[in-house]
Amino acid sequence: MVQTFEPKSDYHVVGRSPIRHDGLDKVTGRAVYGGDVKVPGLIWGEVLRSPHSHALIKSIDTSAAEKMPGVFAVATNADFPSPKAGEIDTGEDVVNFERDTQNLLAKSKVLYKGHAVAAVAAVDRNTALEATKLIKVVYEKLTPVRNVDEAMAKNATILHDNLVGDHLGEDVKKTNVARHFRHEFGDVEKGFAASDLVVEREFTLQMVHQGYIEPHNATAIWDESGHVTAWSSTQGMFAVRAQTAGMLRIPESQVTVNPVEIGGGFGGKTKVYLAPVAAILSRKSGGRPVKMIMDRNSVFEASGPAPGGKIIIEMGVSKDGKIQAVATDLRYEAGAFPGSAVGAGAICVHACYNIPNSRIDGRDVVVNKPKSAAYRAPGSPQAAFAIEQVVDEVCDKMNWDKIQFRLDNAAHEGTRRGDGVMFGKVGLIETLEAVRNSAHWKSPLEPSKNGKLRGRGVASGYWMNGGNKSTVDLMLQDDGTVALNEGSADIGGTRTSIAMQAAEVLGLTAEDIHPYIPSTDSIGFTATTGGSRTTYATGYAAWEAANGLVAEMSKRAAVLWGIDADDVTFANGKFSSSSDPELSIGFKALAGKIGDTGGPVSSTASVNLGAAGAGYAVNICDIEIDPETGKTDVIRYTAVQDVGKAIHPAYVEGQIQGGAAQGIGWALNEEYFISEDGSMANHTFLDYRMPTALDLPMIETILVEVPNPLHPFGVRGVGEVPLAPPLPAVANAVADATGHRFPHHPIKAGRIIEALSR
Amino acid sequence: MPTKHIKFTVNGVEQEQLVDSTWTLLETLRDKMGLTGTKEGCSNGNCGACTVMLDGKTACSCLVLAPEADGRVVTTVEGLETGGKLSAIQDAFVKEGGLQCGFCTPGFLISTTFLLKNNPHPSEDEIRLNLAGNLCRCTGYDKIVKAVERAANG
Repeated sequence: MVQTFEPKSDYHVVGRSPIRHDGLDKVTGRAVYGGDVKVPGLIWGEVLRSPHSHALIKSIDTSAAEKMPGVFAVATNADFPSPKAGEIDTGEDVVNFERDTQNLLAKSKVLYKGHAVAAVAAVDRNTALEATKLIKVVYEKLTPVRNVDEAMAKNATILHDNLVGDHLGEDVKKTNVARHFRHEFGDVEKGFAASDLVVEREFTLQMVHQGYIEPHNATAIWDESGHVTAWSSTQGMFAVRAQTAGMLRIPESQVTVNPVEIGGGFGGKTKVYLAPVAAILSRKSGGRPVKMIMDRNSVFEASGPAPGGKIIIEMGVSKDGKIQAVATDLRYEAGAFPGSAVGAGAICVHACYNIPNSRIDGRDVVVNKPKSAAYRAPGSPQAAFAIEQVVDEVCDKMNWDKIQFRLDNAAHEGTRRGDGVMFGKVGLIETLEAVRNSAHWKSPLEPSKNGKLRGRGVASGYWMNGGNKSTVDLMLQDDGTVALNEGSADIGGTRTSIAMQAAEVLGLTAEDIHPYIPSTDSIGFTATTGGSRTTYATGYAAWEAANGLVAEMSKRAAVLWGIDADDVTFANGKFSSSSDPELSIGFKALAGKIGDTGGPVSSTASVNLGAAGAGYAVNICDIEIDPETGKTDVIRYTAVQDVGKAIHPAYVEGQIQGGAAQGIGWALNEEYFISEDGSMANHTFLDYRMPTALDLPMIETILVEVPNPLHPFGVRGVGEVPLAPPLPAVANAVADATGHRFPHHPIKAGRIIEALSR
Repeated sequence: MPTKHIKFTVNGVEQEQLVDSTWTLLETLRDKMGLTGTKEGCSNGNCGACTVMLDGKTACSCLVLAPEADGRVVTTVEGLETGGKLSAIQDAFVKEGGLQCGFCTPGFLISTTFLLKNNPHPSEDEIRLNLAGNLCRCTGYDKIVKAVERAANG
């Protein structure tokens, strides 16, 4: 039975914005990131990468590199133990170690430019780099498959000869479509027949990168006893443990992953790229610790960007303002190996609407690009880019109010999501109402005084949010402060948001709780920080552990007072006897006396939450376009989001503002620009143009709080929803300003100039 | 590899180091001297995470060869505190929440120090212009701009 909670409003810590626990270390340079790790005897690893986007490896000759002075070891795919075949459920993720080892070091084929082919360990970084140049690889070039159209064409070049596609339950060989699935309810054709307007549009999207500033890194020691110790920038220490152990074919208990600060992840640091390779180099170097840092070009070319692809949407509406039917076809680029975010995209694409007749087709398509990974609401921004532009066009054509249409068709408790799941308590209607009542929506867009084109766009977005397993361990100190150990990597201020939830229960301040993230050997299993699960699930564990601490302290107070434990109550930071009003003691005072009542007090809680609270966001975007240059400036932006309950409102705002900035970049500038030969032409921060401070206005935020009944404080995940609406909000604003629809992202200056000159 | 002795002042302390002539100032600070507060984000001068003060001006330490630092004065994030006390800028970044992952923060702190030295009360536009050489992917820059305003105006 899932426990549900009634919302409260009289919190003393929750809902305030104390200073972050990691702030001091991060402004003084003391914070230790993966690249800062120093271990005695450290040597360096570097990687040789493929110059081709698709080629057979005919031979690899490492002999010259091995002989180079200063080189300790060279590794290739042949150094991986024979991997377990097929899909394996690691308890958090379904992985395929055979493919993963081939992604880390190519076996018989390179599948994208930058694909790792061999790795070298040497006395220093430059020696390792020079040694990679001595490795001779003979390639036989193949035709690159550059996008889903090429991949799905008749007689397409096939990436994986042994891939058997699952096409609506049928096994299909010689295909680049790894999976084709369908969610369907109602009768879509009937729905279209009953519609007064049917709009069908096709959208194309390019791969984009999460753009974390810290490159991937790993340091590993595979020691004489067979134990691997690793440090790696990651969103999930336990995921690094599982993936490293799985690829090296050793028990997870033989891998210890140590925590380091993470310099941004956004989903991109959920997969390992280096740790198992560093471990192999370490073993081959006699157990020396090996450190590897990816260079920026390789981060672009060979980590895990978000899928591009193609989306076709057909929507039918009736004159009374109701959606009658929607049919969506999502074709997402998985990259070199199967496993794009198309499944999540399919869950999200119809999720803002109550659609009586719904069909969603999803295709996971392999192409000669890096294997895609999660990026903040994986699959949802692409889906929103498509459906929210169709909704906008429908409203324009029918002359409907864009908020009223969304309200009239809004998903709510009891309606069905595109994949058939019934919604619990969700706050889309409240979010749309907050948009309609916002200062931004109520202020009409003033025309430009300098001949520029102005437009306003609005769009919605959805993310289901995650639950899963988390552990929190509390230790009471003599002075009444509490050490809090948690297994979640902190990528967005969760040390503080989790500490605050413990503090709320214990009647302490956020500063009284000292959060730590220990190694995988020092805390119970905790799933990766992803799916916007951490403040929700690890926070839930903190709440439960804090209640356990109170229960244990109540017992100790009973010992102290010589009364029955059931007689002790705890409220407002005080333990009291319910029968004797004289007996009362504050939390900290009791902590000082507790040593004699039965030893140290600690409390651990582990949770496994099946359900989470889904999140909605709606954004309003005003833009101004210079018709001569095509340059688009965002001049005002408001992001409205149902956050359930904001534990730390300033950090929630920070999440929303960061997501909006990424979305604006995705909409206007960012893309993997793929050359004829299939390589990425713009693999630097100069050419892959992310927004700078100069490119953005202040992002206004409105936090709507529709408490999630599944969480003690009403938390919904907040980190990912913010990236869903910006793409279409910007696209709809550009359409409003120019009178032209832009079904291709990014909506860059050249495309705008071209449209305006039509 | 040819080497060179360089003498330079780092965070107020005169230092002598033997460096490979191919090393960058960033590698020297981080790998040779243990000053890992300065970060490597791209190694080609585009992200600003490695920004240091070189003779009182901001520079991407990944674009400066170590021998070029000979005879010069370098300030890194580790040199912003005075007597164990945060600078007003560091304090404002903590209090305003002008950071999330913190990886770009050292570079922003150095760039802000340079900006406020030359323009103690910049407008929002001036702040955005002067910090445009530092990429941040977490914050959307809102709280960074507010932190700079707080540091400037108290």
